[in-house]
Amino acid sequence: MSRDGRLAVGLAQIDPALGDRDRNLERHRQWVRQAGEAGVELLVFPELSLTGYFLKDLVAESAIPLEGAIMDELRGLSRDLDIVLGAVVEEPDHRYFNASLYFSQGELVHVHRKVYLPTYGMFDERRYFAPGDRFRSFKTGFGRAGMLVCEDIWHLSSAYILSLEGVDMIICPSSSPGRGITTDERLGTAESYRLLCRTYAQFLTSFFLYCNRVGFEDGANFWGGSMVIGPNGDILAQQEDAREALVLANIDLGEVRRERLANPLLRDERIELTINELRRVWHERTRKPF
Amino acid sequence: MSAPASLSDPVFPPLRINPELVRGILVGFIRNEVRKVGFERVVLGLSGGVDSSLVATLAAEALGPKNVVAFIMPYRTSDPKSKTDALQVVQQLGIHHLEIDISPQIDVYFEHFPDADQKRRGNKMARERMTMLYDQSWAWRALVIGTSNKTELLLGYGTIYGDMASAINPIGDLYKTQVWQLADAVGVPTTIVQKAPSADLWAGQSDETELGYQYRMIDQLLFYLVERRYSVEELKRLGFDEAFIEEIIRRVRENQYKRRLPVIAKLSSRTIDRDFRYPRDWGH
Repeated sequence: MSRDGRLAVGLAQIDPALGDRDRNLERHRQWVRQAGEAGVELLVFPELSLTGYFLKDLVAESAIPLEGAIMDELRGLSRDLDIVLGAVVEEPDHRYFNASLYFSQGELVHVHRKVYLPTYGMFDERRYFAPGDRFRSFKTGFGRAGMLVCEDIWHLSSAYILSLEGVDMIICPSSSPGRGITTDERLGTAESYRLLCRTYAQFLTSFFLYCNRVGFEDGANFWGGSMVIGPNGDILAQQEDAREALVLANIDLGEVRRERLANPLLRDERIELTINELRRVWHERTRKPF
Repeated sequence: MSAPASLSDPVFPPLRINPELVRGILVGFIRNEVRKVGFERVVLGLSGGVDSSLVATLAAEALGPKNVVAFIMPYRTSDPKSKTDALQVVQQLGIHHLEIDISPQIDVYFEHFPDADQKRRGNKMARERMTMLYDQSWAWRALVIGTSNKTELLLGYGTIYGDMASAINPIGDLYKTQVWQLADAVGVPTTIVQKAPSADLWAGQSDETELGYQYRMIDQLLFYLVERRYSVEELKRLGFDEAFIEEIIRRVRENQYKRRLPVIAKLSSRTIDRDFRYPRDWGH
């Protein structure tokens, strides 16, 4: 980040090979190099960028532990720029998580384990993954950030919690398959994500970085559409189509402060009231005799 | 009931599509799913109907016309117009084509079973064509690309291991009325888009006569039933005839087997497709 609070963000809208971690790792190296040459300071890869999405029984063999040779390689990618990438993380107790990892200056800074695992319709994540149990923000060289993976943002509380932690940006790596054909210009899924991401950015007055993948797996298409949204809800950069692309945006982090002065939504947020009401709802739900 | 669909007929609004968006996805699908498994070419049975004409058009755009092999396989009772239509598509797209009359091989088989009915003969023809396509697949190093649409697949209006067999199918999630829209938009000849859909086992055969209902009606019902999961009671309240609802539901249910792998008797702890689950695109 330069002294004037500007940050060059890159979204690597890529097409990972399904179940081929070595090939994907090599492609990550290439994209990091390309992004570095373009002056990117923070590069975001999609959900499960290291493995592909519809892994099914390949989850176990695609997994990596948080310590070891592969993790050393991944850390090494972040020597010159910060990186967010997606991987299957295996815990020492052999639970597998759909995780997004934030690396900076050769170190692993934060891991977000996807909390909301879609298991309906075309999705089967809960069959293979354990769910994460927390939403936590973390400090970066560019302010406070939080990560949410794909389905996490379909739950309002996820982004809400991060916003109350005071994040400047929410980073959302995604592997969203496109569906819903009408006469509209975009797929139904693309419309929904656009609405969600813009809503979060504007109403939580934060930057929102959405990085979706492209390509096909077993006939399902991933629609791309990666976008950088400012804290007033404006889309600052977007790759509208489903081609591989490096989406670049030069963002001014000072916009967070200016937006929150103009719209002090966060200042006026009633956390205690919310907690009390949620507790009441919870009690009423759990007090039911049967 | 068997009147051909007309392009001027209004399409049921929820089944209207943006053809450019769908075309882009399907062209990408063909390119991606063919090339990533190491192929450059596809082979398909071209009947002169709208489904195979559409698939040939999408494949030619995705892979280049020289990478598409169309196989025209008439039987002696097929409508001669079908072949003319198929050749028009071949010429318009500049794709390869082969033509083999399947009459001798069908007839020699049924000499043993002279009493076989039309349905049995039709299924045999569909499977004969399938074996020829898979043979050409080997000869041309080309994937067999399927041409069954969603309406047919749901109703089971197709021959298992016959016309339903393929390696990839770009139009299996499009209802017939959506196939018409897309075919029209990508330049399939209007005469093909507008003619009455037919399995063409004999001249004058009509899908809609055999099914007993028009595709336009069937697709509307399937939209509410499959896409929106309306109950029978809700469908009746929308004004659909009860006998029509029951018939379509019966067809979807009774043909479920055609849409699945053969049932495997479970013995081990990892049975194929039940608890041995891998993506087909594994490593691609």
